[in-house]
Amino acid sequence: MSNTHSVSLQAVLRHLLLIAGAAIMLAPFIWMISTASKPQTEVFSSELHLIPYRFALWDNLREAFAKANLLRFLLNGVIVTISIFVLQVMVALPAAYALAKLRFRGRDTLFALVLFGILIPPQATAIPVFLLLHKVGLLDSYAALVLPFTISAFGIFLMRQFFKTVPDDLVDAARMDGISEFGIVWRVMLPAAIPAVTAFGIFSVVAHWNDYFWPLIVLNSEQLRTPPLAVAHFRNNEAGTSYGPLMAAAMVIIAPLVIAFLFAQRRFIEGITLTGIK
Amino acid sequence: MAQIELSTIRKSFDGTDVLKGIDFRIEDGEFISLVGPSGCGKSTLLRIIAGLEPQNSGQVRIDGRPVDGIRPSARNLAMVFQSYALYPHLSTFDNIAVPLRMRRLSAIERLPLLGPLLPGRRAKEHGIRADIAAIAEQLDIAPLLRRKPGQLSGGQRQRVAVGRAMVREPLAFLFDEPLSNLDAKLRVHMRAELAELHRRLKTTFVYVTHDQAEAMTMSSRIAVMMGGELIQVGTPAEIYNDPGDIRVAEFIGSPKINILPGRVWKDGGIDVLGSALRLACGATAGECRVGVRPERIDLGAGPFSGNVVHLENLGAEAFVHLAIEGAGLRLIARLADVRHLPAMGSHLAFGFASDAVQVFDSIGKRIPLKVEQAERVREPAHV
Repeated sequence: MSNTHSVSLQAVLRHLLLIAGAAIMLAPFIWMISTASKPQTEVFSSELHLIPYRFALWDNLREAFAKANLLRFLLNGVIVTISIFVLQVMVALPAAYALAKLRFRGRDTLFALVLFGILIPPQATAIPVFLLLHKVGLLDSYAALVLPFTISAFGIFLMRQFFKTVPDDLVDAARMDGISEFGIVWRVMLPAAIPAVTAFGIFSVVAHWNDYFWPLIVLNSEQLRTPPLAVAHFRNNEAGTSYGPLMAAAMVIIAPLVIAFLFAQRRFIEGITLTGIK
Repeated sequence: MAQIELSTIRKSFDGTDVLKGIDFRIEDGEFISLVGPSGCGKSTLLRIIAGLEPQNSGQVRIDGRPVDGIRPSARNLAMVFQSYALYPHLSTFDNIAVPLRMRRLSAIERLPLLGPLLPGRRAKEHGIRADIAAIAEQLDIAPLLRRKPGQLSGGQRQRVAVGRAMVREPLAFLFDEPLSNLDAKLRVHMRAELAELHRRLKTTFVYVTHDQAEAMTMSSRIAVMMGGELIQVGTPAEIYNDPGDIRVAEFIGSPKINILPGRVWKDGGIDVLGSALRLACGATAGECRVGVRPERIDLGAGPFSGNVVHLENLGAEAFVHLAIEGAGLRLIARLADVRHLPAMGSHLAFGFASDAVQVFDSIGKRIPLKVEQAERVREPAHV
């Protein structure tokens, strides 16, 4: 009896701790929704209240959509993230297959270099890549947003680890059946690796949808802006920052990811546990 | 239908020799088993025949044509793998269709969206469907064609894998331990099915296994491999009754052959466990080892004796484990009549007929026995 009591006390403590953690995590998010729902006067008022006296979310949204071409920015985000992911898969899968299943001289060295590549932060190579894009004349274009990320060392590593678990017999059977090596990558390995590709896809799309640094560096034209830059646009207004529309815009740009998460929660969690990110 | 010739095949991985010069000829239409303990190189040899692994030296010829450097699919052999290696994302039908589609359809016709629209594709697809239906009928897998491999049992997967091999009508079938993932009962059943399939197809079967029972029951010939070498090739009966090497004698047969210490005298007489055998040989004097199969040991009478230390009654037969005093040796005798089992711990006399004996010299090579002399010395050797 006393035993179950102490266990339940522990459970209560555990939950209190988790709730406190969740509250801290959610606070900025809730503040965003709250601010997005307040009229300008309430945003700047000195008293702290979460629930707005006058509900102004629709006005703020209307203003956000009027001030900036939000739909265009969302479309840019979709174009860029999808292009990056497709190209990453096209590069990573054959590379991972070669590293996992083919025997050739220097394979282990190459793999070590891939691992080394993971260690290099994108900021470290940003200036050389920027100069390269400048020389080629690709700055301020979709290509500038996409090309630097097409080769993902992490993607190659992740897929290689997954391909290692695909039985060699399957590859040999495909060879006996007359499928070419590239055919094996797309027709045998890819279907077998769908969970890993999904995980990598989630990782890649989330990272590049939210990327602020790189688009900020390479873009000038307004029509190419990606969603995070769109939010920043509201801050840079000379008339002073209008927080209500800014937060409304932030809500709009995170909405696709949040909705995707709600629909594919299980996949997201699988993906994140598989990749070991965050 | 193909004859496969191997000449001085050598293969090494990272400096270790896995195959040390294999010379071997597989006749057209025979069922040959490559048998040996794990790591003896039998699977590597099969993969070299298939073309999945290049040999370091030597030549593989199929029907007299050298196939070295020819791609696996172009050798027109089919392989059944231990893990079945079915494509997990394809249905049974599509699994069996893969080799046919790869061969009959052009690269453009195989394209996912465009392919089905091309003229001629439908006729070819129709032919493929008819061939698969015929195979499914033969193997009794017609109801499984729409399922994925994950929804099939081990035995069913096995059949689908055989179907995928059969559908392309290969020159020869290569089997890489195809039954070792099945449970014991199913394995016995599939043994009969595979042997029957071979009789019906009359194609060359090359079958790799570490299970001597599979090799004994199915093959027309057995090739025993040990340590990267081919030790003996012969019919199952030859391999069992007339092993050329003590390793072959010990590997083939279950329970294992009994090996007793012996000695060859200068006059050619042979002693085992201190008693003279009614046999003689032409070998030089020295230590030797004498092998006797469990079923050739006669319990109840004979010059030797031991204590019963363990009994295994299998219902149809029983195995009696005897400990021989003084020698620190155990041997196993098969008892056909299980109704009269000896008591545990009882003291039993035993002996064996002179033609039950296989004698091996100190390095394990078989010593030929002189039967005439055996007849002559029978009287004095009687203990």
